[in-house]
Amino acid sequence: MPDTVFFALEVMLNGLMAGVMYALVALGFVLIYKASGIFNYAQGVMALFAALTLVGLLDGQVPFSHLINAIFGTDVHHFPSGLRDLFAAGEGASGFTAMLGRILGILIPVLLTAAVMVVLAWAVQKLVFRHLVGQAPIILFMATIGLAYFLEGFGDLMWGSDIKALDVGLPKGINETLERVTNEAFGYGFFIDNLDIVAAIVAAILVVTLTLYSQYSRQGRALRAVADDHQAALSVGISLNYIWVLVWSIAGIVALVAGIMWGSKSGVQFSLSLIALKALPVLMLGGFTSIPGAIVGGLIIGMGEKLFEFFIGPLVGGATENWFAYVLALVFLVFRPQGLFGERIIERV
Amino acid sequence: MNAETPVEAIPTADDRKIGPVLMEMKHITLRFGGVKAITDISFDIREGEIRSIIGPNGAGKSSMLNVISGFYVPQEGEVWFRGARRPQMKPYQVARQGIARTFQNIALFDGMSVLDNIMTGRLTLMKTGLAAQSLWWGKAQREETEHREKVEKIIDFLEIQAIRKTPVGRLPYGLKKRVELARALAAEPMLLLLDEPMAGMNVEEKEDMCRFILDVNDEFGTTICLIEHDMGVVMDLSDRVVVMDYGKKIGDGTPDEVRGNQAVIDAYLGVAHD
Ligand SMILES: Nc1ncnc2c1ncn2[C@@H]1O[C@H](COP(=O)(O)OP(=O)(O)O)[C@@H](O)[C@H]1O
Ligand SMILES: [Mg+2]
Repeated sequence: MPDTVFFALEVMLNGLMAGVMYALVALGFVLIYKASGIFNYAQGVMALFAALTLVGLLDGQVPFSHLINAIFGTDVHHFPSGLRDLFAAGEGASGFTAMLGRILGILIPVLLTAAVMVVLAWAVQKLVFRHLVGQAPIILFMATIGLAYFLEGFGDLMWGSDIKALDVGLPKGINETLERVTNEAFGYGFFIDNLDIVAAIVAAILVVTLTLYSQYSRQGRALRAVADDHQAALSVGISLNYIWVLVWSIAGIVALVAGIMWGSKSGVQFSLSLIALKALPVLMLGGFTSIPGAIVGGLIIGMGEKLFEFFIGPLVGGATENWFAYVLALVFLVFRPQGLFGERIIERV
Repeated sequence: MNAETPVEAIPTADDRKIGPVLMEMKHITLRFGGVKAITDISFDIREGEIRSIIGPNGAGKSSMLNVISGFYVPQEGEVWFRGARRPQMKPYQVARQGIARTFQNIALFDGMSVLDNIMTGRLTLMKTGLAAQSLWWGKAQREETEHREKVEKIIDFLEIQAIRKTPVGRLPYGLKKRVELARALAAEPMLLLLDEPMAGMNVEEKEDMCRFILDVNDEFGTTICLIEHDMGVVMDLSDRVVVMDYGKKIGDGTPDEVRGNQAVIDAYLGVAHD
């Protein structure tokens, strides 16, 4: 086979991996949309905020240091030790102790960040959406735009606006085994980033866990009930408020996972919040209410935009990745407005 | 009920089942903007009885049921439950107190199977939370099994074995009504509120539903508050009847008393025979 075919395949695989990222963000959207009908524009910013918080905790940044310094004329920025180093074993520790220290140094900040996302979910529900029950969808949507910009500013104020590296010890660089094996088999070595492979595995685990949770747990059953009919859910004793805090929490934790993956790959920076916009066409494709749809939609968009750029990009002057996803979504909207997996909307006339 | 009744005496049906006051509505007034849906209505529901609310369309029957179940908050009046004044509650809190209901316009979880729908009725009775559920998987499984057994009994009782796994959205109207009743029963409620459970059914379906309602009341001793349009059905089923018209109470008593009440004949029966 000619190298072009292999190269296209490789492009496609890389596209799939990028698609995993979109899918992760889209997943957070779907969860909230299904349970509350709110289109959460802030999902991407939540990923950013989670990643910022995680870096801050790992590195021992003092939160709100700019503000503190401006008010008190101090010059604080870091604690003597970040959580990563706090748990690190001293010189000469045994292999096991050192390993344990490294794991705790990552795991504890990750869990703390998850806790922060849960508190955020609670605050968002308590301070904003509780007061907007029964409002038109466009109003709820506007509220999430407000939330997105607030959270962006708040993250900035809390942790600073500089680009930060996020290292939680995930493997990076080209997967050499894959390259060697494919080289031996096809005479063409595929270049796939280890981090992308990890992201794909994590996303798969996340989706399976979420599916099991929603199918077999008590909360999962309540969650599906709320997604289906609010009145009926109330009548069987489900607190809508509780369920909404729950889904925002889950969406926050999904955002954390997306933030970790994206941050490890490209650094934690404000452009991270822009992937939220790519989740939009993903949702158009997959349907707003389908978890499998979010995944498949993400993969199709990721793959499609890379392949399109590869084949058509050179003919039209490149940079097709900026618009391809949206145009594809537009085509889908025209021919299948409910998305690939969404329920068909039949208007009774 | 009567303390002096000799032990060997066979109690009448009413003596056997009617207990003390379970729920009391005191001077309830409910307004929607300028519209008065309920005007200063008081009545009580006693343990073990079938208490019906009747009246022409728009009389305020559903509104009253919504006040009892916490969906509507009255501007005036008090709700007393089990001898204590009930503070203002959200519908889900009312449900957790042991008050289950069905809706006039059916509110089911269309995407879920019949079985899953009925299982949601048991959410208020499930003890194991998420943390415990993940830590003690075995215990949670045991609890789930127990709930499943109860639900299967209700499914047998309402004769809907054949549709256990069917998504509710695909069922015909009459069966949906039955599933909704099943879900309410699954909560093992102290008080069951039924809003026109037989509306839109054919004669056969109505007869089945009547039988189920009587059996629920008889076998489980569940107190039932029933809204129904069909006068014949109401008179057959009910122990006591409240009659409403234009948001006001115009009659209250046993079916016989209500039937003889001139205001009721004028307002309700007159309208019904138009
Ligand atoms: N949610 C509501 N908003 C505004 N008006 C309502 C609402 N619910 C009921 N009403 C009004 O209250 C009155 C009584 O309605 P309802 O309780 O449904 O009567 P019934 O069940 O006896 O037919 C009607 O005039 C109805 O329009
Ligand atoms: Mg009604």
